[in-house]
Amino acid sequence: MRFVDEYRDSEKARALAASIASLCEPGRHYKFMEVCGGHTHTIYKHGLEDYLPESISLVHGPGCPVCVIPMGRVDDAIHIASQPEVILTSFGDMMRVPGGRGSFFDAKAAGADIRMVYSPLDALKIAERNPSRRVVFMGIGFETTAPSTAMTVLRARAAGITNFSVFCNHVTILPAIKAILDSPDLRLDGFLGPGHVSTVIGCRPYSFITGDYGKPLVVAGFEPLDLLQAVHMLLTQLASGRSEVENQYGRVVPWEGNTKALEAIAKTMELRPYFEWRGLGFISHSALRLRDEYADFDAERIFDIPGGRVADPKACQCGEVLKGVLKPWECKVFGTACTPETPIGTCMVSSEGACAAYYNFGRFTRERVKEATR
Amino acid sequence: MTIREEQVLERIARARGSRARLREDTITLAHGSGGKATHTLIEAVFREAFANPLLDRLDDSARFAVNGAELAFTTDSYVVSPLFFPGGDIGDLAVNGTVNDLAVSGARPLHLSAGFILEEGFPVADLRRITASMHRAAEAAGVDIVTGDTKVVQRGKADGCYINTAGVGVVHSPPSGEIRPGDAVLVTGPIGEHGVTIMLARGELDIEADLLSDTAPLNCLLADLESRCPGMVRRMRDATRGGVATVLNELATDAGLAMVVDEDAIPVRPAVRGACELLGIDPMYVACEGRAVIVVAPEAEEAALSALRDHPLGAEAAVIGRVKEDPPGTVLLKTAFGGTRIADLLVGDPLPRIC
Repeated sequence: MRFVDEYRDSEKARALAASIASLCEPGRHYKFMEVCGGHTHTIYKHGLEDYLPESISLVHGPGCPVCVIPMGRVDDAIHIASQPEVILTSFGDMMRVPGGRGSFFDAKAAGADIRMVYSPLDALKIAERNPSRRVVFMGIGFETTAPSTAMTVLRARAAGITNFSVFCNHVTILPAIKAILDSPDLRLDGFLGPGHVSTVIGCRPYSFITGDYGKPLVVAGFEPLDLLQAVHMLLTQLASGRSEVENQYGRVVPWEGNTKALEAIAKTMELRPYFEWRGLGFISHSALRLRDEYADFDAERIFDIPGGRVADPKACQCGEVLKGVLKPWECKVFGTACTPETPIGTCMVSSEGACAAYYNFGRFTRERVKEATR
Repeated sequence: MTIREEQVLERIARARGSRARLREDTITLAHGSGGKATHTLIEAVFREAFANPLLDRLDDSARFAVNGAELAFTTDSYVVSPLFFPGGDIGDLAVNGTVNDLAVSGARPLHLSAGFILEEGFPVADLRRITASMHRAAEAAGVDIVTGDTKVVQRGKADGCYINTAGVGVVHSPPSGEIRPGDAVLVTGPIGEHGVTIMLARGELDIEADLLSDTAPLNCLLADLESRCPGMVRRMRDATRGGVATVLNELATDAGLAMVVDEDAIPVRPAVRGACELLGIDPMYVACEGRAVIVVAPEAEEAALSALRDHPLGAEAAVIGRVKEDPPGTVLLKTAFGGTRIADLLVGDPLPRIC
C-alpha cells in the first residue's frame, strides 16, 4: 500500500539498525523518551525494539491522551451523561477509562446515553439531528485534537446550534515535558518529539528543551522507519555534541506549525491556571478551557459538575510510568491486579498507554521470542 | 532482561492461567465482542450453570453419537446492523454462520431451524427479502430450514429483526483435534472483509471502499480439503467475531502451544488494510463470515493448500504460520517490518484510536 509500505521496509530498517549500533558509544547507555502515545503504539505494534541495541532504552512519555485524564474528570463526565436529555459523545479510547465509579461503558450499561464518535463534528451532527436532546462532546487530547474541537465550537456558533456543548479536557504538551525534565529521578539523553502535536504547534516551542535543559529533540513520524531514523538523528547529535530541535517528520510537520489551527484554539480557548494530570498531579497552565465568549458551549458551566478530585488508587503507579521513572513491569500491580480487562490505571486502558502496549505486545523476553520465531 | 523482570513476567503468566472471574455487575457490550470479556462471561456464568462434557469442550458444535451415527449440533444468533450490507444481509449470514460452525466440526450440515424476533413496525417487504436470501443461502449450502419460531416485540425493544439459527449435521470425518508442534496454520482467504464492510455500511465513517462481505458457506470447501488430505486436518475454526487473532489464541490456549504467524503471509485486501490503517484497528481482529483457520500436519501443508486453492472460496488461501512449543498458549506475530510481538485476545471490541 502506498504511503505505508515505504515506511515499513525491513531491508531499510536493517541498514538503519546497523548504522544506529555503530553510532552508540561503547559502554554508554542511552535513554530516549518518546513523548507521544502514538509512538509507543508503533514501537510495540511493529516490534521496533528488536532493531535497537540493548544499550538504547526507549522510555514511554506522558503523551497518551486518555492516560492523563484524572478519575475525577471521568466521574464529572458520567455525571453530565446522567442528566436528563443528555447524549454524551466521546472518542472510542475513552470508553474504558476507569473513574472513581466505573467507566463510560459501565455508565452506558447502567442507562446513560454515551456514544462513540470519530470526530467532534459527528457530535455536532448528532446535536442537529436531535434538537430536543443536549449533546455534549468530551474533548480530550493534546494540541492534535484541540483544533477540531475549537473548529466545531466555531461551526456550532455560526450555525446557531444551541443544544451542543463541549466538556473540555484538552491539555498542552509542553508543561508536561517540563515537569518531566524538572523531575529529579529521571535521566534522559534526548526526546522523540510528538509528530502530530507538532503539525499544529510546529518545532519552535521545543527550543527550551534543547537550550535550557541541553537535551536534543527530534520530531518524529509514526511509521517504524520514522522512529528508527529519529533515533539515528538523536545519536548523531549526541555524537557530535549538539543539542538541537530537528524535524524528521518534514513530510507532515511544517517548522512553524499550523497557524490556522492555532488561531482556532486561541479564539475559543484559553489556558486554565492549573489542571490535574493523572499520576502527575496539578500542573500549572497545562490545559485549555473555553473562553467566556463561548460560555454557552461550555458543559462545565451549563451542567453543575461536582468537580471532585478522586485520588488515584494507592497501588497504581501510573504517574511514575507516565514520567518514565518506572518501566510498566516495575509497577507493583502490573499484569496481576491491573490488566487490560481490569485496568486500575489509565496506562493499561488505551493501546497507546505504555502498560497496555507492553502487556499486549511484549510480554516475553527477547530471547524467548527470538527462539520461537527462528 | 533482568531477573526481576523475568519474575514479574512469570507472575503475570500465573495470573493469566488462573480461573476467570466475572467482576462486572451488569452486562456491557464488551461481553459480546468475542474477546476476553466474552470468554470470562462464558466461563463464569454459562459453563458454571450448564457444565457437561459436551459443552465443556467449547467447540463450534457439540458432537455426540445417536444410534451409531455421530451428529453435530450448534446454534448462533444474529443481530447485525445494518440488516442489509454490500455482499449480503442478516439472512444469508444466519444460514452461513450455522452451516460453517457445523462444517468446521467435520460435519455435513443437514437441517437448520430459524427463530425470528421482530420489532413492531418492521416492514414485511424487508422480511421477505431476508427470507428469500436465507432460502438461497440454504440451497447453496445444501441444507433445509425445517423448523422455526416467530416472536414480535414492542417498538423500541429490538432493532428491526434478530435471527437465531440452529443446525444439525452428520459428522463424516472429524478433525483429529490434536495440534502438534510443527503443524502448519492456514487461512482460506483474505481476512477482515465482513467486519470492515459492516463498519463502512453503518455510514458513520465517511470512508468509501469497494468491499463486499465475505459471507459464504464453507462446507463444500472443507469437505474437499478433508477428502484430499484424509486424517491430516487437526483443527478447523471459522474466524467470525474477534477475527483470526481470536481464533488463533483459542487454538493456542487449548493446545498449550504457541502459534507463530507471519504478518506478511496473511492475505488482506488493500481496501481492508487501508480502512484499518485509517481507523487504527488491526485486521487480525476484524470479523470474517466465510473464512476458516485450519491447522494441518506439516507433511500435508502443500496438499491442503492446493486443495483449498482449487475451490473458488479458497482461491486465495495461504499458509500463515506454524505451531511451536514455546511460549505456551501464545500467538506471536512476526511483523512485516521485521520485528515480533504478541497478538493477544482483545478485551472488548477494537476501539478506534484518537490520533
